[in-house]
Amino acid sequence: MNWLKNIVRPKLKRLVGGQKEIPDNLWHKCPSCEEMVFHRDLEQNLRVCPHCGHHLRLSAEARLKILFDEGKYQSIELAEALADPLKFRDRRKYSDRLKEAQAKTTLQDALIVAHGRMGGLNVVIAALDFSFMGGSMGVAVGEGLIAAARLAVVQDASLIVVPSSGGARMQEGILSLMQMARTTIAVEEVKEAGLPYIVVLTDPTTGGVSASFAMLGDVAIAETGAVIGFAGARVIEQTIREKLPEGFQRAEYLLEHGMVDMVVRRQDLRETLVRVIGLLINTGPAGDVLAIPPVAIDAPALESPAD
Amino acid sequence: MHNYLDFEKPIADLEGKIEELRHLSSDGEVNIADEVTKLQAKVDKLLRQTYAKLTPWQKTQIARHPDRPHTVDYLSALIDDFTPLAGDRAFAEDKAIIGGLGRFRGSSVVVIGNEKGADTNDRVTHNFGMARPEGYRKVIRLMELADHFNLPVITLVDTPGAYPGVDAEARGQAEAIARSIETCFQIKVPLISVVIGEGGSGGAMAMAAANCVLMLEHAIYSVISPEGCASILWRDGEQSKDAADALKLTAQDLLKLDVIEGIIAEPLGGAHRSRDATIRAVGEAIEGSLQDLSGLDGGVLKSKRREKFLKIGSQLPE
Ligand SMILES: [Zn+2]
Repeated sequence: MNWLKNIVRPKLKRLVGGQKEIPDNLWHKCPSCEEMVFHRDLEQNLRVCPHCGHHLRLSAEARLKILFDEGKYQSIELAEALADPLKFRDRRKYSDRLKEAQAKTTLQDALIVAHGRMGGLNVVIAALDFSFMGGSMGVAVGEGLIAAARLAVVQDASLIVVPSSGGARMQEGILSLMQMARTTIAVEEVKEAGLPYIVVLTDPTTGGVSASFAMLGDVAIAETGAVIGFAGARVIEQTIREKLPEGFQRAEYLLEHGMVDMVVRRQDLRETLVRVIGLLINTGPAGDVLAIPPVAIDAPALESPAD
Repeated sequence: MHNYLDFEKPIADLEGKIEELRHLSSDGEVNIADEVTKLQAKVDKLLRQTYAKLTPWQKTQIARHPDRPHTVDYLSALIDDFTPLAGDRAFAEDKAIIGGLGRFRGSSVVVIGNEKGADTNDRVTHNFGMARPEGYRKVIRLMELADHFNLPVITLVDTPGAYPGVDAEARGQAEAIARSIETCFQIKVPLISVVIGEGGSGGAMAMAAANCVLMLEHAIYSVISPEGCASILWRDGEQSKDAADALKLTAQDLLKLDVIEGIIAEPLGGAHRSRDATIRAVGEAIEGSLQDLSGLDGGVLKSKRREKFLKIGSQLPE
């Protein structure tokens, strides 16, 4: 894929504002097994530890690249939501925290919405980015999900949502709580249009995000090892004053308790989604379209020119 | 006689004096009527002053006041033939949420409310108003029942939040809340919510995605408790006062933000001082809201409910 890198990188850099490039010879320590992994190997393995299979978090952008055919998609410019509606200030101003997150991630807020083809199927994917204030949901994320739902309806496309979020964005107070209601309405619009709504629960999916759109999928897929739940583990420990059971709130625990349909490894995610959606909308066998290759995540997205 | 809050100390002192005087007069023949009247006037003035400029943190304490009327009190005063319906048909009956059929102003309704409990034993029975998944699944069941029989739904919100426990997580707390919100947006009957005390986070949202959301004057409604917010953002649970200010959780703030439709005034000195008058005021407000919604087609009720929530936060008054 090197040719792709060379051609597209300059344009991509312009798009995302000159992201810091990580040298290929960098080593990472797996947070699970603590083995050292070569950066390039980790990226090529979709950020899954080759030693123990631990799934490291993915950025929203990387998520889109591994799901869409050939990593190609058209991201939607989301309307700018009211920034800092409450003029919130804790030890620091929320507006400063926001600016910092925007500079660090080059994202406007925690959600990216894109449309394109996945296994030849027409899909809209909305992915949360945990590195943007913990993927927390405020007005902008709510607006983004509503936009994603409406785009799916207009395009007669399936909607796939990939949460990675600690929950509501406290700094937007009651307005962040209201996003639980608003995103639920968005989901209803997709469902009522008869279109598949699939949720891929990734690490972590908790709080107000899990207790709204994230738990309403027609089919709920959890990524291996992801923490998924309502209350945070620490809050529960403080309440019940005992140690939590092994594997508590992990994807596998939810599967065992009947809360998700399946637990899927990252490398199988795309194929699973294509198959599930294909079955739901009753297309022919997915064999041919699956031949369209996904890409390794450090290959940049081929954003088509503005339409 | 009252459970006084910290900031009510001067009021407590004065009322203590009145009690003493009354005690004296019952012993002897001293005529204390004038003195009592004077002191009572002082108490009223002080109450008016104190309650006119309550801070968000003080309101938080009032919203949680143990003497405030709870769901059971509203049910016994406002609902005739109340017939509780139990269970989620899947796992258990959750006493943190009470719900059932009854008559309000002569017409059948479904009423659902969080119950915090009145004394220590009662609070344990009702798990301090913190529901588990089966509680929210009962809410869903009752809302669907209401929808099937075309009965309006009234929800009374008064919860610190959904219960954070291993069992609650194992049975899908998040999913139960999500489905409850979803059901609120599916039913084609009038849905009215009144936050009577504490509207705690997702556990409150689960039953408050309503056509009309009202709050008592000193109730609060928030994405997180001030204590929780302080410990996360300030890393200091002692900063709850500042967190309460920042969160904008009072009824007055929420009305300004267009999150609620109206505020129900509380009698002087708060609901905990005049329980019956408070309950009557809530009854009248519910009656008014039901009248506003009566005659609307089911589909219209549903779509208006959605449109209202879609508008929230899209633009804010300065
Ligand atoms: Zn590892």
